[in-house]
Amino acid sequence: MSKQDLNQPQVTQPAPVAGRSQSKIGDAIFKGVAMAAAIAVIGVVVVLAIELFQGSSISLTTFGPSFFSTTTWDPVHNIFGALPFIYGTLVTSAIALVIGVPISIGVALFLSEIMKERRQVADYLGSVVELLAAVPSVVFGLWALFILSPMVRDYIEKPLKTYLGFLPTFQGTPFGLDFLTAGIILSIMIIPTVSAISREVLRSVPNSQREALIALGATKWEMVRHSVLPYARSGLFGAVILGLGRAVGETMAVTMVIGNSPSITASLLHPGYTLASVIANEFTEATSPLYVSALVEIGLTLFFVALAINIIARLLVWRITRFSKVRT
Amino acid sequence: MEAKQHSNVSRRKIVNRIAIGAIFAAVVLAIIPLFLILAEVIIKGAPEMNLDFLTKLPTPVNVSGGGVVNAIEGSFVMVGFASLISLPVGIGAGIFLSEWGEMRFASFASFVNDVLAEFPSIVIGIFVYVIIVLTTHTFSALAGGLALSIIMMPIIARTTEESLKLVPRSLREASMALGVSRWRTITRVVLSTGRGGLITGVLLSIARAAGETAPLLLTALGSTLALTSLFQPTAALPLLIYTYGISPFRDWQDKAWGASLVLVLVVLVLNLSVKAVTRAKFITVVE
Repeated sequence: MSKQDLNQPQVTQPAPVAGRSQSKIGDAIFKGVAMAAAIAVIGVVVVLAIELFQGSSISLTTFGPSFFSTTTWDPVHNIFGALPFIYGTLVTSAIALVIGVPISIGVALFLSEIMKERRQVADYLGSVVELLAAVPSVVFGLWALFILSPMVRDYIEKPLKTYLGFLPTFQGTPFGLDFLTAGIILSIMIIPTVSAISREVLRSVPNSQREALIALGATKWEMVRHSVLPYARSGLFGAVILGLGRAVGETMAVTMVIGNSPSITASLLHPGYTLASVIANEFTEATSPLYVSALVEIGLTLFFVALAINIIARLLVWRITRFSKVRT
Repeated sequence: MEAKQHSNVSRRKIVNRIAIGAIFAAVVLAIIPLFLILAEVIIKGAPEMNLDFLTKLPTPVNVSGGGVVNAIEGSFVMVGFASLISLPVGIGAGIFLSEWGEMRFASFASFVNDVLAEFPSIVIGIFVYVIIVLTTHTFSALAGGLALSIIMMPIIARTTEESLKLVPRSLREASMALGVSRWRTITRVVLSTGRGGLITGVLLSIARAAGETAPLLLTALGSTLALTSLFQPTAALPLLIYTYGISPFRDWQDKAWGASLVLVLVVLVLNLSVKAVTRAKFITVVE
């Protein structure tokens, strides 16, 4: 079909001058339109940054840098400090990485190393894991609220409290709506991202690296440990950072299980709050301009955190997968 | 290395077994949540499914019956509106990134596009709140649709770029060698060869937008009324799942599971049809 299309124009017409100039105009217009679309994408990011700055200007001038170092969040008296939310985001993301990253890299190793000769089966399994990413985050939240949270409370938090209750991290009454549950649901949600990117990074490790170790008589694990993982290190680190980006920005599931109370405690069995969930939970109820502005400033913080995380991660992942394209 | 040569072979084999066992365990752990979630959504959502649920408006608390038709309509309208904006812009940007990819500006734009794709969606919600909700003084389907379009745009642009880059260079050269202009080559040859990837991107972005909640919270707000205008607070399936799910009423919580089943079905069907499309695409590219 496309062949006929190709044959039609201009081949039989020896009138290049008019046709050429016409097609040049067409080319220029087409390129302009396509370029405008690309500029629009950049424009969205630029305008987004400007609007966030403007929207948070009242809060920026009122609190200055102390916004990030004070702990009082008191809408009634118009005092706003974001430290509890920063703390909550850090703690839940850390839990998510501690649990989610080993599992994700395990999955990636399985798909890239153990199933190496059965690529089709590996791809099929990989897409099952990635299907997890398709589940909307509010459905994760609903499941976490009604199913995961009681399970975490009864089978994880109560034993932790009983046997490790002397540690400052396991103080308080296990309710199931706290940092730990939020961290666990986040760890599940970052698995598809981290494992998919890790798999691509591992697959871009040249085979010569593996063959060298196998030739020395290494076992599969020794090959992975001494050749594949070191070679892929920076790319895997990038995958982890992208997972961190997902965890930091995730809103709905966390909001539904973290308990939504601004607090800084060492205990993981205590309700908390994150940057994203305070926006989701309080934005539409914010009455005073300063309150709205403070919430927009939290959004601005998220914006820059996400920006930094993405730039670092992409540079790391890109550095390793870029070369692989030349080599294979 | 030296120590390794002398070390016990059977010990190394045991370590190898343990490591591979741990890797298998990781795979099992990664897959379990998906099935637990799907099972729960089906078990709790299926009893809610009936014609009323899909065609009636919500009833007040403890009044039995009623449905979520306004949320389904709201989601449909907002995702549709978002598609109207994001399809042309996303595909246009993707064409530029692929066909003029050697330009410095294009690689910069591609980078910015990737960053936008990974932005926390709630930040996009704030953005649209500031530029639309504050200026029009009302939450609306319009604002919600715009927020969703910003989420869809980079996904469409990236998949378009990637699938067009898969189109062999020789096809472009063959077309240009026949004297066909560049833009006709792109529209007639490149786009039609890479259309499988384009459809993939569009379907994936629709699936993503349909499930987005956080930005709609700040733009569409949610509603229990029927959708009559684009300029009023609007219900959507994910919003309804959130507000009903965290409510203390058993009846609403059950409805949240029902709505989850509808949403998950839509999203999974979109994702699985993507698999079918990409499979077809690879066949045409190989042959």
